[in-house]
Amino acid sequence: MNIQGKLAILADAAKYDASCASSGTERRDSLGGRGLGSTEGMGICHSYAPDGRCISLLKILLTNFCQYDCLYCVNRVTSNVPRARFSVDEVVQLTLDFYRRNCIEGLFLSSGIIQSPDYTMEQVVEVARVLREEHDFRGYIHLKTIPDAAPELLARAGRYADRLSINIELPTETGLATLAPEKDAPAIKRSMARLRVHIDDAKEAAKGDEAVVSMPKSRPKRAKAERFAPAGQSTQMIVGADAADDRAILATSAQLYGSYRLRRVYYSAFSPIPDAASSLPLKPPPLVREHRLYQADWLMRFYGFGHEEIVASDDGLLRLDVDPKLAWALAHRERFPVDLNRAPRELLLRVPGLGAKAVERVLAARRVRRLRSDDLKRLSVPLGKALPFLLLPDHKPRVIDDAQVAAALKPAPVQVQAALFA
Amino acid sequence: MSTVRIALEGEIDWDGFRAAARRLIAQGVPPEEASWSTGTEADLFDTPSVDAWAGSAEATTTVPAAFVDLCERVRLHRDPSRFALMYRLLWRLQHEPALRHDPLDADRLRAQAMAKAVGRDLHKMRAFVRFRPVHDGLPEPLHVAWFEPEHHIVEANAPFFMRRFTHMRWAILTPRRSVRWDGSSLTFGPGAARSDAPSSDAGEALWLTYYRHIFNPARLKLDQMRKEMPRRYWRNLPEAELISELTAHALPRTGRMVDAPATVPKRRIALLAMEEPVSRSAASKPLPNDPQKALAALRMATDRCRECPIGEHATQSVFGEGPVTARLMVVGEQPGDKEDLQGRPFVGPAGHLFDKALEDLGWDRTQLYVTNAVKHFKYELRGQRRIHKTPTQREAEACLHWLESEIEQVKPQALIALGATATRSLIGHAVPVLKARGTWLTGQHSLPVLVTVHPSALLRGDPAQRDEAYREWLADLSQAARYMAGAGRG
Ligand code: SF4
Repeated sequence: MNIQGKLAILADAAKYDASCASSGTERRDSLGGRGLGSTEGMGICHSYAPDGRCISLLKILLTNFCQYDCLYCVNRVTSNVPRARFSVDEVVQLTLDFYRRNCIEGLFLSSGIIQSPDYTMEQVVEVARVLREEHDFRGYIHLKTIPDAAPELLARAGRYADRLSINIELPTETGLATLAPEKDAPAIKRSMARLRVHIDDAKEAAKGDEAVVSMPKSRPKRAKAERFAPAGQSTQMIVGADAADDRAILATSAQLYGSYRLRRVYYSAFSPIPDAASSLPLKPPPLVREHRLYQADWLMRFYGFGHEEIVASDDGLLRLDVDPKLAWALAHRERFPVDLNRAPRELLLRVPGLGAKAVERVLAARRVRRLRSDDLKRLSVPLGKALPFLLLPDHKPRVIDDAQVAAALKPAPVQVQAALFA
Repeated sequence: MSTVRIALEGEIDWDGFRAAARRLIAQGVPPEEASWSTGTEADLFDTPSVDAWAGSAEATTTVPAAFVDLCERVRLHRDPSRFALMYRLLWRLQHEPALRHDPLDADRLRAQAMAKAVGRDLHKMRAFVRFRPVHDGLPEPLHVAWFEPEHHIVEANAPFFMRRFTHMRWAILTPRRSVRWDGSSLTFGPGAARSDAPSSDAGEALWLTYYRHIFNPARLKLDQMRKEMPRRYWRNLPEAELISELTAHALPRTGRMVDAPATVPKRRIALLAMEEPVSRSAASKPLPNDPQKALAALRMATDRCRECPIGEHATQSVFGEGPVTARLMVVGEQPGDKEDLQGRPFVGPAGHLFDKALEDLGWDRTQLYVTNAVKHFKYELRGQRRIHKTPTQREAEACLHWLESEIEQVKPQALIALGATATRSLIGHAVPVLKARGTWLTGQHSLPVLVTVHPSALLRGDPAQRDEAYREWLADLSQAARYMAGAGRG
């Protein structure tokens, strides 16, 4: 098969992975080297596909042959999709070529499991090694690690990669046992823990390096810290392939953030795949559920919400019609309105429509003067959403009324998918 | 009142702006009386002689560093009024002290919006420039791109491309400016025409293949795409040609996928299915006769154990560690954060304190068997931190059989119980540790159990009394010295 044909199959196979980020790593460039590439902290999305998702990395599988039989996965052994396998060199050349054209920030490589987890992981690591060592490639590399691979292979992967990920895929152990019989939930967690320990150690050691630099006379106490996945680790959870509700999903995310310091948990609404297994749900979940989960995740990471307080309903699901912050505020009307000129940061962060940046600006501005509703307008805060929850010198909200608030807001975006599967 | 006209040299003349602005401020020229122009259409300087402003200029204009950064961006904006706005802000910063503390001031917000637009344009140029190789006779091709920026950003963005593509020769052509990198220096030139840039090549077909296949037709979100990749960039993005075709076929493709009958699997593989969660009955399966192997089997079994709710939330079980021949077994409460991550007992802060105690007592940790009453880490999340939580009596009871199996295999001569949970597990009922500490009790298995506090209690305790508490703890532990006297079983 020619490279074009392989690329078609192995990009197809990779498109269900939600991660595309290329941010959060160390700064480097190709000055003084012999190769290509740079990273400046913030990733760049070089294109967007009609599915609205950013294309930042060449996201492909090394091979879509796989001996596992995870039901939600298009590459499972029992699927009838066409198969292909790249050589290490082909992936390297594709990456370099796309990079030179300025189409990508780097590579996100994953693979079906062939022969053994160790064999597969070795191949994946080899691509990264060739890119870094033979071509002095300084762009971004994200490797999907195989959880059952040997710890030494994880350690090598961290040396070349900016980010490592291990997909947990399903939020509960039971879900995993049912849909992905060969995947071992404890092994996944153990690998994440290992990565965290490596990442923490590398960070600690890097701090040590800096300390040494500031005292030029003293001899360095230890060798320069080995770099290890400076952009940290991430994971993905598939939403709607099993019965787990949003509450369970968010609890798992919180646990992953807390336990393994993940940079990101990606949520991927289970998507119809060609050649689907019969035991999967007939209907994919609405994409808006995925969106709500990202918003809820955001609340946990940047707005001080605990995972247990976000989902209020009995059915354990986030409301689809309003975002989770507004849903929380509507469920806790007794805490509002809050005084924009007096309320502490934690409370302002809970006002619907007030983003973290807006809150910081409000805090800065109100040190000099009292803020009025005009000021809010200038911060481009959605007034219809925020005002019912705020007290201002020139504004006193009436009783918060669900219908009124809803009317002031745009209707929830109607999606093509919703229409298609209703 | 006469108007002072300032003619800058070109669209992004930063030094010119700074010099003129300093002089105007020193001269006390209010913003309404200054008019700014760029490039050739500008009138000649129509102001008092330069000498009149020299000297006093530097001292008067101090501005926050953030303001300078802001202006560096704003000057790249295509809006002809940008220099006037910058000067007005500078003037107001000198005359209205409150301005620098008011993030909601209208002028400030406008400048910020302009800076933001420029930042976005800089970013989009980094993203959407597409190089195509041109073979111009040299061994390595020249990479050429055509791009149409909204603002005057070519000069500002060139170093980015230089850092990224240091060992590549490249050129970026735009309608107003062009820039070239030959591997050692950047050269700026006048604008170019689109036809000066190369058209697509075979290599680009690969990129189009990738674009076509990384798109998931079941998730059409065109608005989202247009928001991030506005239409005005499309004509210079080769892949954008595919958008309408991909979009048109997305719905039928998805429909076919959903309607298709479920697959008949090609071949069935044996399910390696996760071992059944280990229960008490499963654990009572015959263990290997060799105690070393038996411990290994038990360790694996605890990892799968879900007899209490702690198991599922922890990373892994933390099983005991030490020689099977140990005469003394130390039992703590449960693993902590570090232990949970590493899978080994007593490696966290409490473990360090414990190691220090062993050192002070002259004991060798490799001769001890160290374990915990509960095998998984129980915690509560506070933000991103995991806070240790004491296991309930029921959980400790559920876990007890694992500890008993360890005792059975290791057959120690004595045990040390660290803290209340360990003591209760070993003695069989609650014992007030603070009263019983330093004394030997008899455990359920009729082995002697030395009771003392858990090292984490010392870490939590009053810092002023830490040394004293530590000495008391050492005294407690030292009661077990004779079991440490000989190596292995005497
Ligand atoms: S704490 Fe003990 S009883 Fe509970 S799951 Fe873990 S090993 Fe089993």
